Amino acid sequence: MSLGTKKRAQTRLAYMLVLPATLLILGIYILPILTVFGISFTDYSLVSNYYEFVGLENYRHMLADEAFGNAIVNTLIYASLFLPSSFIISLFLAIAIQERKQFRSILEVLYFLPVTSTLAAMALVWAALMDSNQGVINHWAGAVGLGPFNWLGSETMVLFSMALISLWSVIGFNMVLFLAGLTAIPSSLYEAAAIDGADHPVDRFFRVTWPMLGPTSMFVAVTSSITAFKLFDTVAILTQGGPNRSSEVFLYLTFLEGFEYFNMGYSAALSLVFLGIIFLFALVQALFVDRNVQY
Amino acid sequence: MSSISLSLRSYAPRSVWSLIGTLFLFLGAWVMVFPFIWMVSSSLKPTDEVYDANFSIIPRTFKGFENYYEVLFNQPYLIYLMNSFLVCCGILIVQLITAVPAAYALAKLKFRGSSILFGTVIAALTIPINVTSIPIYVALAKTGLLDTYLAMMLPFFISVFAIFLFRQFFRGFPDSIIDAARVDGFSEMEIILRLVLPSAVPAIAAFSVFSFVAHWNDLYWPLIVVTSQDKMTATLSMMQYQSDFDTDYGRTFASATVVTAPMVIAFLFARRLFIRGITMTGVKG
Repeated sequence: MSLGTKKRAQTRLAYMLVLPATLLILGIYILPILTVFGISFTDYSLVSNYYEFVGLENYRHMLADEAFGNAIVNTLIYASLFLPSSFIISLFLAIAIQERKQFRSILEVLYFLPVTSTLAAMALVWAALMDSNQGVINHWAGAVGLGPFNWLGSETMVLFSMALISLWSVIGFNMVLFLAGLTAIPSSLYEAAAIDGADHPVDRFFRVTWPMLGPTSMFVAVTSSITAFKLFDTVAILTQGGPNRSSEVFLYLTFLEGFEYFNMGYSAALSLVFLGIIFLFALVQALFVDRNVQY
Repeated sequence: MSSISLSLRSYAPRSVWSLIGTLFLFLGAWVMVFPFIWMVSSSLKPTDEVYDANFSIIPRTFKGFENYYEVLFNQPYLIYLMNSFLVCCGILIVQLITAVPAAYALAKLKFRGSSILFGTVIAALTIPINVTSIPIYVALAKTGLLDTYLAMMLPFFISVFAIFLFRQFFRGFPDSIIDAARVDGFSEMEIILRLVLPSAVPAIAAFSVFSFVAHWNDLYWPLIVVTSQDKMTATLSMMQYQSDFDTDYGRTFASATVVTAPMVIAFLFARRLFIRGITMTGVKG
């Protein structure tokens, strides 16, 4: 066999190897994305075959739609509760666990357990724990003179409760990412800082840990933001957006419009806004995070 | 003797503050684990005891056997579990079969369009199922495929993340070994199956865990395409309890335990692999 035919045979093989994946990417990503764009300019609904091209009407409707504004505000309130706490608590835990090598693996397992568990099932448990009458949490809060709280039934508390459940389910995940970042910091840096007089834990944190942890922190912040924006399971199981739409977050609204009310056109426009926001986060990540720093 | 005193010293707290810190860490761990303890404990109780404000871990009346027997043999939970298992396995197998060859070609073979394909893979990484769900759902509805195993698996048959991950991994495989194998008369398929694939086992194992856990725990897609009881996944079955589906709370939490147990038990057996697999992607779920 000549070199030329060998090369051609290799190219043919390459095409055969990528063919199934390419077809599936076309069918599952490219075509649907183009279709979502198309549908978002129509009033298509699954219940009737007749639909019209409505131009930017769906996007205009969004700006006037109270439900849209409500979902955005709810998502932002939820994120502002969830993001700082999940970041700070998991960083704090990671540093504390890092310093206690002998307990590291047992603590890592215990804190990571919620991450692997099925959130839909555990949400039922949380509903029982948070029950306003007979729940364990209110019982214990009552024992120290607090409450009773209406965790899931009150419009002012429900997003807080959602943030609390999400916090529980994600802390171990962020903590493991931070632990990996901390382990990668060379101990010589701490020794050098100690020689410079920075041997108090607070000094060590601000002079060495925090600057060295920059890429990890950015990574955690971005991925947590995406997770926050994707809040769905606990809302679907526990409140269905209630009470009185106070826990109707963005993805849940998009789901309702598409698959409960079958307003496919409007839901498509909402999904594209959703994609735009995810894309923004991904861009931030691509610009600021060097993936090699991670694993 | 010296080894005992050495190990004692390593467990001795450096200061009172350090001891308090450790106690707080374990207190936090207790909070993390408490929902599981409460769930398993409740699954062994009769209904009236589940919501007894005086919570005790050990049931006063043991109803565990009846609760689990009913969930597994009188309710269709074995079918739900099997559905979840089948769907997760189906997805994973197709993902591996499609991603491994494509990743190898992208990493080690030269062909026109490879950079366009890789660019598309990177772009697709950012697109979640929530965005493409409408057209895929409509297509499935038009072809009468809703409420089938195929519909439950289809959007996940290609994992662009797997292609990306395996490509990075294959690139690290030395070209000199591949060239030497080619000279020795190995066909390209033999090179993939006998040389490159075995070296990628850690990456494949980590990805498999990630994929299995993600699809086992997925609520969104099954909620959209599944309508009948006999296709319901374990996770989807939890939706039934949003209204007063079952007023026997002991039995309710026995079913919650049955649904989440497979992933939790698997995690406890393969902790390193799980932590690596799940944190690999950055985005949970």
